[in-house]
Amino acid sequence: MLNTHDIMETITMIQDENLDIRTITMGISLIDCADSDIDKSCEKVYNKTYRYAKDLVATGESIEKKYGIPIVNKRISVTPISMLVGVSGGDPVKYAKTLDKVAKAVGVNFIGGFSALVQKGFSAGDKELIQAIPHALAETDLVCSSVNVGSTKAGINMDAVKLMGETVRKASEETKDKQCIGAAKLVVFCNAVEDNPFMAGAFHGVGEADCVLSVGVSGPGVVRSVLSKMPDDASMNEVAEAIKKTAFKITRMGQLVGTEAAEMLGVQFGIIDLSLAPTPAIGDSVAHILEEIGLEKCGAHGTTAALAMLNDAVKKGGVMASSSVGGLSGAFIPVSEDAGMIDAARKGVLSLEKLEAMTAVCSVGLDMIVIPGDTPSEVISAIIADEAAIGMVNSKTTAVRVIPAIGLNEGEELDFGGLLGYGPVMPVRKQSPAKMINRGGRIPAPLQSLKN
Amino acid sequence: MNKNAKAVVTVVGKDMVGILAKVSAACAEAQANVIDVTQSVLEEFFCMIMIIDIEHATAQVDELQRSISESVPDMKVHVMHENIFNSMHRI
Repeated sequence: MLNTHDIMETITMIQDENLDIRTITMGISLIDCADSDIDKSCEKVYNKTYRYAKDLVATGESIEKKYGIPIVNKRISVTPISMLVGVSGGDPVKYAKTLDKVAKAVGVNFIGGFSALVQKGFSAGDKELIQAIPHALAETDLVCSSVNVGSTKAGINMDAVKLMGETVRKASEETKDKQCIGAAKLVVFCNAVEDNPFMAGAFHGVGEADCVLSVGVSGPGVVRSVLSKMPDDASMNEVAEAIKKTAFKITRMGQLVGTEAAEMLGVQFGIIDLSLAPTPAIGDSVAHILEEIGLEKCGAHGTTAALAMLNDAVKKGGVMASSSVGGLSGAFIPVSEDAGMIDAARKGVLSLEKLEAMTAVCSVGLDMIVIPGDTPSEVISAIIADEAAIGMVNSKTTAVRVIPAIGLNEGEELDFGGLLGYGPVMPVRKQSPAKMINRGGRIPAPLQSLKN
Repeated sequence: MNKNAKAVVTVVGKDMVGILAKVSAACAEAQANVIDVTQSVLEEFFCMIMIIDIEHATAQVDELQRSISESVPDMKVHVMHENIFNSMHRI
């Protein structure tokens, strides 16, 4: 039988500590929509996506009501569109507009998959798609884009890195009247995963089933609250243990919602992404967890160690709670979406270099970082290359989502509104990496032994 | 509609006359059978947890929450399907 303590704990988590299901994401394969005529192809994309996802939002809402848990986002991820462009040719923006239209028709928050995987080289459609990204993101509201430029097995495609530096800059320029939102919808990956339910990097990998439903849970507020009740002299392994137990409970809730939603929609349940995803809301911050562990401010020395422990404990607790774990699974550190990170960045404690070090031990990379509007594209490419190198060597997913704030300089702030939050423009190094970036070619895949 | 389904009702707030009566009346109106009640009053602070059977209930969980909230307007009311508690606190 249920006991009072358990019941009140669950209710406090949801009501006071911002526990929620961050997203239920339906992954849909569009392989069978490819047609040599781009208009026919777009029509098939629209029809198939609509057919599968038409009840997604209503199902999510009915589960919210039944269990009293907020499901913040309902989203769709699709097969990387570059594959369809490879078959059909034509202007890739047409696909973006089709995706935007169907996303609006079914009422989801975002649709991801305007993507290309080019870690080893460009095939038909890849370059066309990448070149169309800035325009596609400017012309649409809900489409998200990602490009994988490197992997542990293939190395880093430096031609793609160069191209992506330019693309990120252009995406920002084309949307400079809309808070440079274009760049906030574009992620550059190394070791991208095929079943990630989180935006902006979600796409439906080719190894996935025709249609699956995946869940991303969130609960930084709950973890922080548990830690705040611990005595100051609790050892680090006691802290890790408390995080594990909390992660278990959070994940169980995600598992319940995911399996039930999949059943109601008649599709296969995919994975749970064991992530701590912050929001700009007060009390929903990963930085505050690190501060609760015992740092005066996130970004201080010791941040990487605390984050490594947190990240690992979340996974250990979550793995047992779920039948199938995947996606990015780890603590996210998006600067503009995390009240504690924003504060630390404003005070100058949290720098780009520290964030880069933190990404070596957690999911997922340099995320939602606002950089000066006059940053040259080679510098953006170099930031991407550095981050991809960390992912490549450590066999983990890393990503870059930086937003060049056109017209703004260091010290000013960019406000996206909503879940994307707001953030101060963070300084980048001015010295030019142009010569290296312009070399192009490929960084060969790293050795997997002699690990030092 | 909900075979063997149960829901957990929690009511928290300042103690006053008739809370239990009003909440159970709202449950009865929706054909939800009260199975178990625990309540405690700590220095005027009232806390009640009620398990109800919603197998034959005529209202959905969220509608029940609304009607119970309306019957005791000053209290914080939650109505949630029991599955969530079972999955979070049982292995």
